[in-house]
Amino acid sequence: METVALSHGSSVADTSPKRRRSARRALLLALAAPVLLTGCQLPSFGAYEGVSKAGNDTFKLWQGFSIAAVVIGGGTFLLILWAAMRYRAKGDKIPKQTQYNIPLEIIYTIVPILVVIGLFAATVVVENEVVANPTPQATINVSAFQWGWKFTYPHHKAVIVGQTTQSPVMVMPADEDVRINLRSLDVLHGFYVPKFNFSRYAQPGLLNTFTFKVTKTGLYDAQCAQLCGLYHSLMYFKVRVLPRDEFNAWLAREDSKTSTATAVAAAGAVDAALNPNIPTIPATSHGAN
Amino acid sequence: MTDLIDRPSDLAAEPPHGGTHELHDDHHEHHGPSGILKWLTTTDHKIIGINYTVTSIIMMVIGGAFAEIIRAQLVSPTNTLVSLQQYNQLFTMHGSVMIYLFVGPFAFAGLANYLVPLQVGAPDMAFPRLNALSYWLYLTGSITMLLGFLTTSGAPAFGWVGYAPLTSAINAPGAGADLWIGALLLTGFSAIFSGVNLVATIFYLRAPGMTLFRMPIFTWNMLVTGILILLAFPVLTAGLIMLYCDRHFGTHIFSVSGGGVPLLWQHIFWFWGHPEVYILALPFFGMVTDIIPVFSRKPLFGYRGMVFATLTIAALSLGVWAHHMFTTGAVLLPFFSIMSLLIAVPTGIKIFNWIGTMWGGQVIYSTAMLMSIGFVITFLLGGITGIYLASPPLDFFTHDTYFVVAHFHSVVMALLMGAMAGLYFWGPKITGRMLNERIGKAQFWFLFIGTQVFTLPGYVVGLHGMPRRMAVYPNNTSWQTLNQWESIGALLIGISVILFVVNIVVAWKKPVIAGDNPWDAHTLEWYTTSPPPHHNYLSLPPIRSERPTWDFNHPDYPALIHGTDHGPATTAATNEKAEV
Repeated sequence: METVALSHGSSVADTSPKRRRSARRALLLALAAPVLLTGCQLPSFGAYEGVSKAGNDTFKLWQGFSIAAVVIGGGTFLLILWAAMRYRAKGDKIPKQTQYNIPLEIIYTIVPILVVIGLFAATVVVENEVVANPTPQATINVSAFQWGWKFTYPHHKAVIVGQTTQSPVMVMPADEDVRINLRSLDVLHGFYVPKFNFSRYAQPGLLNTFTFKVTKTGLYDAQCAQLCGLYHSLMYFKVRVLPRDEFNAWLAREDSKTSTATAVAAAGAVDAALNPNIPTIPATSHGAN
Repeated sequence: MTDLIDRPSDLAAEPPHGGTHELHDDHHEHHGPSGILKWLTTTDHKIIGINYTVTSIIMMVIGGAFAEIIRAQLVSPTNTLVSLQQYNQLFTMHGSVMIYLFVGPFAFAGLANYLVPLQVGAPDMAFPRLNALSYWLYLTGSITMLLGFLTTSGAPAFGWVGYAPLTSAINAPGAGADLWIGALLLTGFSAIFSGVNLVATIFYLRAPGMTLFRMPIFTWNMLVTGILILLAFPVLTAGLIMLYCDRHFGTHIFSVSGGGVPLLWQHIFWFWGHPEVYILALPFFGMVTDIIPVFSRKPLFGYRGMVFATLTIAALSLGVWAHHMFTTGAVLLPFFSIMSLLIAVPTGIKIFNWIGTMWGGQVIYSTAMLMSIGFVITFLLGGITGIYLASPPLDFFTHDTYFVVAHFHSVVMALLMGAMAGLYFWGPKITGRMLNERIGKAQFWFLFIGTQVFTLPGYVVGLHGMPRRMAVYPNNTSWQTLNQWESIGALLIGISVILFVVNIVVAWKKPVIAGDNPWDAHTLEWYTTSPPPHHNYLSLPPIRSERPTWDFNHPDYPALIHGTDHGPATTAATNEKAEV
């Protein structure tokens, strides 16, 4: 920000062509600066900043869209109010019967097209980053079922299973690309972690893979977002993001625990539910609580 | 009154009783049966249109009652007003009743049935008996859907979109789901027949002089809606038959265990569902586009641009269905993103044309006009938030949250304001009686403020991460406060509907006779009596522009095509006096 301001300041005094060009560039930079240095100055427009790199870039895209929305939407809103209030009927006069203004109509066709192209270009850049699936340093298999979650770690014995309000915790390392292999064992579910600025359907018969690189350790609320039957509103889980060494320690602890009675019982309780052919928790058996 | 030349041009000066009484006698001459039998056996588009309108408004009240229960449940995070299962049934039936039984039938079968033949100068719809069949299919379909509540397993609880495999025989056992499928098949065929009728009527039954580019925008939009219905509804019908086969005949089209693909349902559903959004919206666009010029006392600004915007929206709407499926991870994101974003362009043209119409006019704040302005503002909000959802990364974290709920409720509540604008505007034409303007304006403010109080907190709580379709939610003070604001909004909307019913009762008990053209309106239907006689017209004015009734009443004020010339609208006689 400082350098931009300086170059802008120095260019004002000199008006040689070369300086003028650099002045123009500096002015452009100054105009673009708030966008380039986003985050701290711009309002959040209600969204989370995102705890991953992709999530944060999604947040910046959100801010960009919001600025366009406030400027264009707000301007249009004021135009509607102005037209309705400024031209409120006075007396019984018949106004001029204007019907067309072709240049004006062309302008308000072309300008929105340009805005849309701009929004689309920004979308594609962020979208490519969000859906990029780089080679991961860790992998977690996530299975959603009515009405809970099961998290397993390939090459490890750790199994985390929990139903409805038990809120099973998915543990993942920070600052690493973590791949999620998401599937559903019965109906559609939604894997939704609000602070990751991301969600994806868990679908039967279709494996969804995506990668997170979370930069902030912590415990994050998450839950099923897609209607999945009776206990949909209780299908919570949590995501705990740990530094790598703590994650390793946790994983070792869990691996050693898998032979204990609780883990067996937990696995057994959901095993039948994991088989899509034999739904053991049909909605009817629960009735309308 | 029977002849063009004898007809008084200043309609307001007409004695209030003369016209309507004549009409009453007229009516009896043409009809055999009377009373209830007349209503049951009719093929008259006007009576069918009223049947549709009244039935669909009853459906709106039922669907609205479900909404009020839903909002009452959400006043506190762990409310036990309804059970989880009852809650799932309520939002399923709220969405189903509102989308399948109210908004669509009201617009493309109710008012359109009444108005399209009048607006093109036709005596009836092209296929009157098919039209009657269409209504009876709709009525039986509506009753069929609601019967779900009386079955032992209750109404369906899988959401109005019925995503497979939640709709399978295992996940949704019982007759409620079958009745839902049956109801959608019945109302789907009803819609298809309405579409056939609309397109045929508009193409073949226009009066002499009523060229395509002289049609009122409402009729234009109904033509496009009719075509969209014919393209989209058969797909839904096919999908429903597949679903029924899955449930009862052992097919596995949507179940993984038999090698089927659940995702296919989403493609089929939204291939119908997104054009359906515009099938719902275009008629209301048409209504306000006919209303705003009348209360600005100007021709519609950019008439041709408006027509091309409608055609563009319809064309684009066939290529955007997968924007409902961005989070499946199984669709081509950039294609559906750019197609969805592009819809903002023709929609923006419409909004600017509405502003341009008011610009430099004499804006009269009637209830119909206030409702129309409320429609434009609320639709602007719903449209802008829709642009966010067209961007896949932004959709990822707002999908299935209250942000989406708030977005489409901004849209559909705008449509409700459009519906009310239409009822206040054309109600006098249909019944011959005025609705009370004071009650109407009170209704407007309740509806408009209620809508914003209902939707705006929804955007916020959605961004905080509250998913939709939650009977109970985490005990979080800010979520609860936002939900309570939403519930207050829903209550205000409910009061506005009660005020509307009161207004109808007042008009019924203390009739204020409307006369033929109480608004000094533009289009053909205002030339005939209110209500129109059997077969609509005893005579027609010359149709030289898209404002035949205005031209007849104000020959000195033709439309100025480019602000200076007089355009094709003017006859030789009016050209001489056209100095404005």
